[in-house]
Amino acid sequence: MVKKIEKQLKLPFKNALQMSIANLKIRFGRSIIITMSILLGIAFLMSILATNAFTNALIDKGPEELKALLTADLAEVRTKQAWLVSLSLLVCVVGIINAMLMSVTERSKEIGTMKCLGALDKFIVELFLLESFAHGILGSFVGSIIGVLIITVVFLFQYGMLIIRIFPVLTIFKYMLFTIFLGTFLAIVGALYPASVSAKMEPAEAIRREV
Amino acid sequence: MAKEAIVRTIGVKKNFMLGKIPLHVLKGIDIEILKGEYISIMGPSGSGKTTLFNMIGGLDKPSEGKVYIDEVDIAQLDAYELAWLRCRKIGYIFQTFNLIPVMTALENVMLPMIFAGLTTDEAREKSKVHLEAVGLGERLNHKPFELSGGQQQRVAIARALANDPAIVLADEPTGNLDLKTGKEIINLLRQMNKDKNVSIITATHDLKMLDVSDRVIWLRDGLIERVEDRENITIKVGEVEGEEGG
Repeated sequence: MVKKIEKQLKLPFKNALQMSIANLKIRFGRSIIITMSILLGIAFLMSILATNAFTNALIDKGPEELKALLTADLAEVRTKQAWLVSLSLLVCVVGIINAMLMSVTERSKEIGTMKCLGALDKFIVELFLLESFAHGILGSFVGSIIGVLIITVVFLFQYGMLIIRIFPVLTIFKYMLFTIFLGTFLAIVGALYPASVSAKMEPAEAIRREV
Repeated sequence: MAKEAIVRTIGVKKNFMLGKIPLHVLKGIDIEILKGEYISIMGPSGSGKTTLFNMIGGLDKPSEGKVYIDEVDIAQLDAYELAWLRCRKIGYIFQTFNLIPVMTALENVMLPMIFAGLTTDEAREKSKVHLEAVGLGERLNHKPFELSGGQQQRVAIARALANDPAIVLADEPTGNLDLKTGKEIINLLRQMNKDKNVSIITATHDLKMLDVSDRVIWLRDGLIERVEDRENITIKVGEVEGEEGG
C-alpha cells in the first residue's frame, strides 16, 4: 500500500548551528534576559558557596583568635550554611527552569510551523538544545565569576589582606566547576522538556496552542 | 494528463473534548480531490473548515475514518514518513503567514529544502528562483517584520512550493489581507496552480476565491452541504448566506 514514501530528512549540524546563532542574535534582548536569570541564580548560589569556602579557610589557616571566634558557634554556623546552600540551590533551579520554560513555550507556533515544513522532532529538540546550552554556559560562567568576586570583596573589607593569603583556590575552583555544570545542565533540562512536548504535538495543535 | 485522485477522505470524523463534553466538529466527510485541481472549502466560522484542512494536510489525526494522500493512508505512517510527506508532498499556507520570524525571506524558503537534503548553495539558488516567481526578487534578505502582509504571504507561497509539492494547502490565505492584496494572492495561487499543476486546497470564507476555484465544497456543521463545479457557482453567489457573520 505504501508507495513513494521515504524517510530521509536532514538538518546538517552546520545549519542547525547557524539557525541557533541567528536566533540568539535576533532575540538578543530576550536572550539577555534568559541569560541574566541563569546568571543571577548561579551568582547567588556561588556567593553562598564561596562564603562557606572562605569561612572554612579562615578556620583552617587563620590566626588563633579568629579561629576561636569562628569555631565558638561552629555547629550553628554549619547548620546555617547548609540551610543557605539548599535554599539558594532551590532558587537557582526554579529560576532557571522557569526562564527556559517561558522561552520555549512562547515559540510553540514556530515549532508547529517547522513541523509543517517537514522538521523531525529531533531537529526541533536539537535547535533548542544548542540555544539553551549557549544560554546556560554563558550565564553560569559569568554568574559564578560574579559570585566569587562579590564575596571576595566582602571578605576583603572584613578581614583585609589576610583573605588573599588564605584564598582557597582549589575549593573555589571546584565550586565554580560545579555551578557552571549545574547551570548548564538546568538550562538544558529546562528547555528540553517543553521543547520535546511541543515537538511531539501534532503540528496543528502546536500552532493553535496559545501561551 | 490522467486525472488521479491526490487526496481522498473516507468518513472522516473529528471530535474535540471541551472539558468532558465531546464536540463533534466533523461528522463524516467523504471527498476526492484530483491532481491539479483548485478546490475551495467554504463555510461559515465553526463549520469545521480548518479542522478538515488539518486532516487533509496530515497536521492532525482524524478520530474516525481515513485520509489518503497520493493513495497512502496517512494513519499508517510513522513520524518520519509523516514528516517526509509534509516536507516533500504538501506545502502549507496559513492565515497568519507563520514565517519563522528570525529568518530572512530567503532563509524561510530555504528551510524546507535543507530538510529535504539540498546543500545550502543549491537551496539558495532554488529559493531565489521561487521568490522571483512570486515577485519578491528584490526583498530576499528582508526579515518577515520588514515585509508587508501581502509580501509575507508571497514568501509563504514560495516556501510552500519549495520542494515542488503535489498539494498546497492554504488555510484562509487572504484572511489577514486587504481586498486588493487578497486578490493578488488569489491570482498568484491560481497561476502557480496552472504553471506547476499543483493541487491547491483552500479553506476560506473569502468569496473572491470562487472565481478561480475548479470546485467548491460547502461545509456546514461538520458535514458537506454541497459540492459545486465552477460553471454553477457564479449563479449561486447571490444567495450565499451567513457570510457577513463569518
